[in-house]
Amino acid sequence: MDQKLANSMPRILAHDVNIYYGEKHAIKNLSVEIPDRAVSAFIGPSGCGKSTFLRSINRMNDTIASCRMTGEVLLDGKSIYAPDVDVVQLRSHVGMVFQKPNPFPKSIFENVAYGPRIHGLAKNKTDLEEMVVNSLKKASLFEEVKDRLNASGTGLSGGQQQRLCIARAIAVNPEVILMDEPCSALDPIATARIEELIDELKQNYCIIIVTHSMQQAARVSQRTAFFHLGTLVEYGETNDIFTSPKDKRTQDYITGRFG
Amino acid sequence: MSDINTISPHLKKRRRAEWLFRAYGLAAIIFCFLAVAVLFTSIISKGYTAFRQTHITLPVNFDASIIDPDGTKNVDTLMAADYQQLVKKALLDKLQIKPEDKPTRKRAMDLLSHSADTELRDLIIANPAIIGKTQDVSLTASDNVDAVLKGTIDRTVPEADRQISDQQLAWIDQFSKDGKITKDFNTKLFTAGASSQPETAGLWVAILGSFYMMLTVILIAVPLGIAAAIYLEEFAPKNRITDFIEVNVNNLAAVPSIVFGLLGLAIFINGFGLPRSASLVGGLVLSLMTLPTIIIATRAALGSIPPSIKEAALGVGASKMQMIFHHALPLAVPGILTGTIIGLVRALGETAPLLMIGMVAFIVDPPKSILEPATALPIQIYMWATSAERGFSERTGAATIVLLLFSFVMNAGAIYLRRKFERRW
Ligand SMILES: Nc1ncnc2c1ncn2[C@@H]1O[C@H](COP(=O)(O)OP(=O)(O)OP(=O)(O)O)[C@@H](O)[C@H]1O
Ligand SMILES: [Mg+2]
Repeated sequence: MDQKLANSMPRILAHDVNIYYGEKHAIKNLSVEIPDRAVSAFIGPSGCGKSTFLRSINRMNDTIASCRMTGEVLLDGKSIYAPDVDVVQLRSHVGMVFQKPNPFPKSIFENVAYGPRIHGLAKNKTDLEEMVVNSLKKASLFEEVKDRLNASGTGLSGGQQQRLCIARAIAVNPEVILMDEPCSALDPIATARIEELIDELKQNYCIIIVTHSMQQAARVSQRTAFFHLGTLVEYGETNDIFTSPKDKRTQDYITGRFG
Repeated sequence: MSDINTISPHLKKRRRAEWLFRAYGLAAIIFCFLAVAVLFTSIISKGYTAFRQTHITLPVNFDASIIDPDGTKNVDTLMAADYQQLVKKALLDKLQIKPEDKPTRKRAMDLLSHSADTELRDLIIANPAIIGKTQDVSLTASDNVDAVLKGTIDRTVPEADRQISDQQLAWIDQFSKDGKITKDFNTKLFTAGASSQPETAGLWVAILGSFYMMLTVILIAVPLGIAAAIYLEEFAPKNRITDFIEVNVNNLAAVPSIVFGLLGLAIFINGFGLPRSASLVGGLVLSLMTLPTIIIATRAALGSIPPSIKEAALGVGASKMQMIFHHALPLAVPGILTGTIIGLVRALGETAPLLMIGMVAFIVDPPKSILEPATALPIQIYMWATSAERGFSERTGAATIVLLLFSFVMNAGAIYLRRKFERRW
């Protein structure tokens, strides 16, 4: 938790980002630097644009016809909205875990194997099997499913499904993992497991997590960003945000006075 | 304090409404069921007799001097021989009628189908070795004899009002006493083409025509429709033009089928100069008609795929094509199949547009390709239903049964495929 972040180079850098849904201005003049090998939490009241900004980091907003954006998002110093960037390539570097567990209606094995397969990451069958097992192990799901890898992914419990989705995301070796309220559909025990997992994953990945739980943000993140009505109100070390927020709105929100 | 055991008037009203609603639903189902039952009993009771046909067995002397006077066994000679004479001789000998007694001779000949001579010819062509021998041959009886045997001609009616004379009845009785008159499976119904005589008319040309047309629809409308739907649903930008296209696709599905027939006549026959009555033209017209149905069904099926699955695929870095072909389309297959089969079955039973492109034709020989003239099952039903002879009315029923069977088989196939694809969770 008290890892020093101050002078590590930012992995993701957003500069003056504005996002619109048709006429609606969902993100306003947002600039932020997100460090590598750490967990950043996005918090804020519902509808303030957390998901919208998160989705702009792997260009998932491209799939929404009405969505426009201006400004720049850089990954390792390169603009991800540059004309020569291939979205598919980008998404293999920036994985995403969604709010609702959404495994493919295929076997557990196929769920995890799908990404490596379409990106041609595995040289042969044993290689692929190894990748699947490793990903499942990293998502701490392997022990529970090792003897039913051919069973349907949708037949797992909600928490297991979410861990399967995490395994699926890390199977393609991303550098950044975006998680949009990954625990909102889970019970406290499953949540604790996912949080443990996030804590382990941060050794190797840049993780951004959107959450509605202050405790969760405090538990898992090193940095916290507070969003309000489309603007980034405050961003800093999680400890600072929760103990001595600079902005009145942040303080009101984390003390539960609105939101 | 209200007690949960007391039934308030409000509750009574609600229960009554619920009960009524259920009763309406049940009544509707019973009504549908009865309608189907009545329809089927009427069709089957009218048609089932046509699956059997009366035959008369006669000893025929395949006289070499008539069939093959030169003894060359040349096919052309065999084809051209006067088989009618053989039939006549066999029948008159059997019934001991003098050849000079013209009226009696004619009445006797009326017992047999006009196709009796071609049946003998086919026997000889298939096996020339029987020339010169005498053999028992089962020949198709005439429509009237068939009707007597099936009980549709009433023997008690006075002779003058009856289509069959007392003498002919006596002959029939004599034949049946000798076991020379039999009702066998009516193979001609499935192997013959059009004929002016019901006893020699069959569905083969219509079945082939319908088959070729379905094939054309499957090869043209299904891939085009699915491709169009994928493009419209997943790739096309949402703007005025696509809205306009969407409205028109929906309108196209509602266009009366005869209009497609007019279109086919104008474009394919008058425009491209494709042959009239050809199954290719029929298939193209039916493809046009089925296309909107398939597009709408496929779009609906694709649209009902949960967006979360699509996002999941895109999220791990699948391209749009991969997302569609690996995830969306396989999940949409059951829905696409259902829509496609509904379209195909409708096309199979379609009559009006085919009338416009000249498929109401008297076609004896089966088409050898999709460019040759053919008819279709519903057209055959229409043509037989409008014919006066008694034999045609039972054949109308039989053809309807065959058409319904084809639709059932297609539906069953759809259900099977749907189950198969649904099991892949
Ligand atoms: N597809 C869309 N089309 C139009 N408007 C949208 C769309 N998605 C989001 N919005 C709007 O953009 C704003 C930000 O939405 P966003 O989903 O980013 O909020 P959020 O912070 O993630 O909220 P929550 O915590 O409830 O998930 C909201 O006002 C929302 O109504
Ligand atoms: Mg959200």
